[in-house]
Amino acid sequence: MSEATPTGAIHDIGYRHYDGPRLGASYIRRSLFLETLRGAFGLGRSGRSKIMPFLLLSLMVLPAVVVGIVTGYFGFDELPMGYTEYVVNMQVAVTVFLGAQAPAVMSRDLRFRVAPLYFSRPLSRQQYVQAKYGGMAAALLILTGLPLTLLLAGALLAELPLGDQLPDYLRSMGGAVLYALVLAGVGLVVAAMTPRRGVGVAAVVGVLLVLSGLQGAVRAMAGEFGNDTFSGYTGLLSPYTLVDGVVAGVLGADSSVGDGPPGALGVVVFAVVVILLVVGSYAALVARYRKALS
Amino acid sequence: MSLIRTDGLTKRFGPVTAVEELTVEVAAGVTGLVGANGAGKSTLLKILLGLLPATEGSASVLDLDVAREGPAIRERVGYMPEHDCLPPDVSATEFVVHMARMSGLPATSARERAADILRHVGLYEERYRPMGGYSTGMRQRVKLAQALVHDPGLALLDEPTNGLDPAGRDDMLELIRRIGTEFGISVVVTSHLLGELERVCDGIVVIDGGRLLQHTTTASVTAETALLRIEVDGDPAVLTTRLTETGIVVRRDGALLHVDVADDTTYDVVRDVVADLGLGLVRMERERHRMTEIFTDEAKGAHV
Repeated sequence: MSEATPTGAIHDIGYRHYDGPRLGASYIRRSLFLETLRGAFGLGRSGRSKIMPFLLLSLMVLPAVVVGIVTGYFGFDELPMGYTEYVVNMQVAVTVFLGAQAPAVMSRDLRFRVAPLYFSRPLSRQQYVQAKYGGMAAALLILTGLPLTLLLAGALLAELPLGDQLPDYLRSMGGAVLYALVLAGVGLVVAAMTPRRGVGVAAVVGVLLVLSGLQGAVRAMAGEFGNDTFSGYTGLLSPYTLVDGVVAGVLGADSSVGDGPPGALGVVVFAVVVILLVVGSYAALVARYRKALS
Repeated sequence: MSLIRTDGLTKRFGPVTAVEELTVEVAAGVTGLVGANGAGKSTLLKILLGLLPATEGSASVLDLDVAREGPAIRERVGYMPEHDCLPPDVSATEFVVHMARMSGLPATSARERAADILRHVGLYEERYRPMGGYSTGMRQRVKLAQALVHDPGLALLDEPTNGLDPAGRDDMLELIRRIGTEFGISVVVTSHLLGELERVCDGIVVIDGGRLLQHTTTASVTAETALLRIEVDGDPAVLTTRLTETGIVVRRDGALLHVDVADDTTYDVVRDVVADLGLGLVRMERERHRMTEIFTDEAKGAHV
């Protein structure tokens, strides 16, 4: 009788060298970008961390679905809620999403000092920040772009003409890109400054809510004094009204809040502030990680 | 090919000089980088990774220039930092797979290599659990695994035995020795404990205050001396007397006898005398130099 052959035995085949491909920095940046994007929705993380992002995504989508159904059911000839005002109306959900995810994207690597492990690999600090910033912005774009697209779908199902809907939809999608870039920048910078657990969430949500509240209050005061120019410039105070101003002024949508930026100069100022915010956030993040190295 | 070569390497942080005029060449194998805390070891590692620009001088790793070819070096080098660097909410497997991809490995290879390397460093079932619940020994193993997962040509290990108990230290040192021999990966390992490095290293670089103090191979440092160490079961005093009578120079140090070795016949004489006296010969071995003598010699030199 032959000896019984063990099945499923683990053989120690010793150390094996790797001679497969080593894909360069741009592959690594793409991987990190996708991982960041997935991570922002809790994918690839614990079950618990999926709850919040998906709850907020449902919250964002729900009004769009309701508006679509209502429009079709009652046969309205236009959507009761415009595309470009959608994000401004739903800003609390966007703020909470950013507050919950920006620290997970940014401060985790700082708090647990994982950052040196990235920087001892081919990726440069700039590429690391690009991947993280891009991932966060893409997550926000999904969060705002998905309901806008559903809104368009609802309108088309309600047999509203595409020609009437498309221009405003495209404007709102342009706005969604700007919201994503500006909010991701602000959120990540605040998160990177507050690496302690819990503090980051409160700081991001706090900063955005306070700015929004401040903007509302100052605009109301300016309205009392009847100073329209000043009232228009108060939009600079909050990222939401800032981007809304650019969408109104540059892309030609109706302003969601008040009259938007005052005159051509106002539009230029709003656009420049958006650019400065995005570039400044990027530069601040790169600088933050320069310090994180040692 | 030299593994690491530095030429007049200097790094200043404002008024503080962390590395000064360091010229050294390290060959393949396991090399210890020894120095007290703050001697400039970690700074040197960061310069070698191309992460900190040198103030003066030049350095190359795996024949790649640190100033110009940083990304290429970092693709081929593994780095294990001294401090804790593991997020508590992910498992060792997920973490090491991620780090493999961050070194440029495609997703499938990253998973295979991560599973392999975690087994090699001795993490089995626990690698599926979140790392927050790991012991220091397990954490050090994960840190080592992430430094090796992309099969580097050189692994830079910064104080890998830090915080480990004696048994954990032994395991870690054995693992480092295997990395150098079985895995064929050259290793530079820093420590402020010379004793543990002499057990695993082929060569030792000693730096102090950022300067090169000594660069030697372990074999030459721990070479045999002309002394024989003898320990017997019985009264060493009688043996001392009898050996001195035969013309051998003997010094007594408690229960140990140190005997000058003239030639090979010394061994026979000692054996015969011990047998005549009816004593039990517990130990008879050539003494070796110890690495710590580097420091005592240097200290003496400095004070002369």
